[in-house]
Amino acid sequence: MKLLTHNMLTSKAIKQVNTGYPLLIEARDVKVSEVEFNPEFIAKIIPKVDWDCLRRAAEQLGHLDKIPASVPDTYENQQEFLKQAHHVLLEIELINGDLVCPESNRKFPVTDGIPN
Amino acid sequence: MLFLFWCAHEFVPFRLPEFQSLCHLFRIPYRLQSGREDTPFVILELDSESQAQKILSRSICTKHCIHLWGQGNSYEEFHSSLKSFQFKDYSDLLNENKSFKVNVEAFQKKISISERSERIESMEYFPVQGPVDLKNPDVVYSFLEDWGQDGNNLPPAPYNIFFGRNIGEGQRHLITKLSIKKRKFIGNTTMDPQLSLLMANLGQVENGSFVLDPFVGTGSLLIAAAEFKGITFGGDIDFLTLHARSKPSRKGDKKRGDDESMVANFRQYGLTVHYGDVIACDFSKSPWRSGLQFETILTDPPYGIREAMTKVGTEKDYTNQSIPEKYLKTHIPEKVNYSLKDILEDLLNFSAERLSIGGRLVYWIPIIRQEYKEELLPSHPSLSLLHNCEQVLSSNTSRRLIVMSKFSNEKGKAVVYEKITNFKDQFYIPLAGNIGRKERKERVKEHGHLNISQEDMVKFHGRSNQHKMKLEAKMAENT
Repeated sequence: MKLLTHNMLTSKAIKQVNTGYPLLIEARDVKVSEVEFNPEFIAKIIPKVDWDCLRRAAEQLGHLDKIPASVPDTYENQQEFLKQAHHVLLEIELINGDLVCPESNRKFPVTDGIPN
Repeated sequence: MLFLFWCAHEFVPFRLPEFQSLCHLFRIPYRLQSGREDTPFVILELDSESQAQKILSRSICTKHCIHLWGQGNSYEEFHSSLKSFQFKDYSDLLNENKSFKVNVEAFQKKISISERSERIESMEYFPVQGPVDLKNPDVVYSFLEDWGQDGNNLPPAPYNIFFGRNIGEGQRHLITKLSIKKRKFIGNTTMDPQLSLLMANLGQVENGSFVLDPFVGTGSLLIAAAEFKGITFGGDIDFLTLHARSKPSRKGDKKRGDDESMVANFRQYGLTVHYGDVIACDFSKSPWRSGLQFETILTDPPYGIREAMTKVGTEKDYTNQSIPEKYLKTHIPEKVNYSLKDILEDLLNFSAERLSIGGRLVYWIPIIRQEYKEELLPSHPSLSLLHNCEQVLSSNTSRRLIVMSKFSNEKGKAVVYEKITNFKDQFYIPLAGNIGRKERKERVKEHGHLNISQEDMVKFHGRSNQHKMKLEAKMAENT
């Protein structure tokens, strides 16, 4: 499961949960892979990302150093920023672990990269 | 400028919708000059060759595209049209330094080599100066004749004659590239590559589009969306299929390979960067954060024929109880039946909320042909119906590919009629084989389907009396 996807998930569907976001990560196996960089592609993805949630998730996986503090205004043209965003969003993956609902503490296992 | 798109003779009802969707995607005004279902030719009026190239960069229906220089309903009209073409604007193509070749094709009619030469010689006014090169020409021209539909009953002269310069080909090579024969991970419900690519075009997937398939199965639709550079996500309640641990579907396979998985397919085609993630989840209880929108939703929901239709839920009343702590970790939720009507309602409501404005929902709906009426299709106040393409499966059944677009954020509820979603119950009626062949042909000719009446159903449904009685009782209930 990529950090991009984690950024999109909530446990709101469970009864008695109000927001269910962001989900906490308890990681067991994390993989860093190399994914082809396409600046236009990343530039389109960035507007949909909740940046604070992304930072906290990266921190929980022990990769906080690689991510900038916030999104600069003209991010579409800043190659360095785009490369870093690309790395954090698409190249860091949780293979085995749990996602935890912040309100109910219910755990959702992640096995072989697929959350349940 | 007129461009003739010479299309493949498959999935004809999907052709014009594909052209319309691609024109809309590339902001090209759609001006159709002609595009009848009984010919392979679609002629569009475009402002420039680059517009035609944009369409070709995505078109699955198109084999070749020709910039039309002349056309006519008769040889006379054709030659007069071609003679009046502005050849001087294309002197760089026609000069002595450019070698050329003319392809002569007659549809439905066999013509000999000498007849082909005759056609070419009839254009003695054609001011081409370069040498002929049949192997590696600089420029290729096409001389096309349309002799109709029926090779055994040819008209005295062709209906249409066209001449022009070949400017390129469509993307049909992708159908071979993504062939399921060679794909690592497939299942019972894996979609044909041609159809999945058509769906991605009708959904207007582009670079960076967020694409979701809420009933992702083996990911065949996501592969097509990835090929067109979207970022793809999927959901499915079936854990085993997602992890590639279900029974193998390939003939002769006893067990799935260790390296079979959804991601393996993306890797096989070099599309890993476009793989978002898949999530084991129940569509009726979505895990997506509020406010998150997708540009395209592509899906083939379960009809209950090749796969089960379930969602998380229970028929028992648990409101005053909760799961005891010790069972929480391994708790597997109970499942109840999820009817097609509920699925489609949820799908339309979800799409109306989750699509961006202008975003598209593309989905299949199974149809009993004699029950179908367009007004019965599912609707939602914030979604407009753009296209509706039929793929016939049998004389009794078909499925329709529905394309809808979100035009407003206004809240509303989907309307799905029970009548159109009774597919599963009616599908297994083993009737076609019981109606004599001659009568079957007559009925289809007259009605477009088998026109099975209530009496037919009683007469043929099963051999035993028991079956007959059950069916009669059921019908008595309904009247």
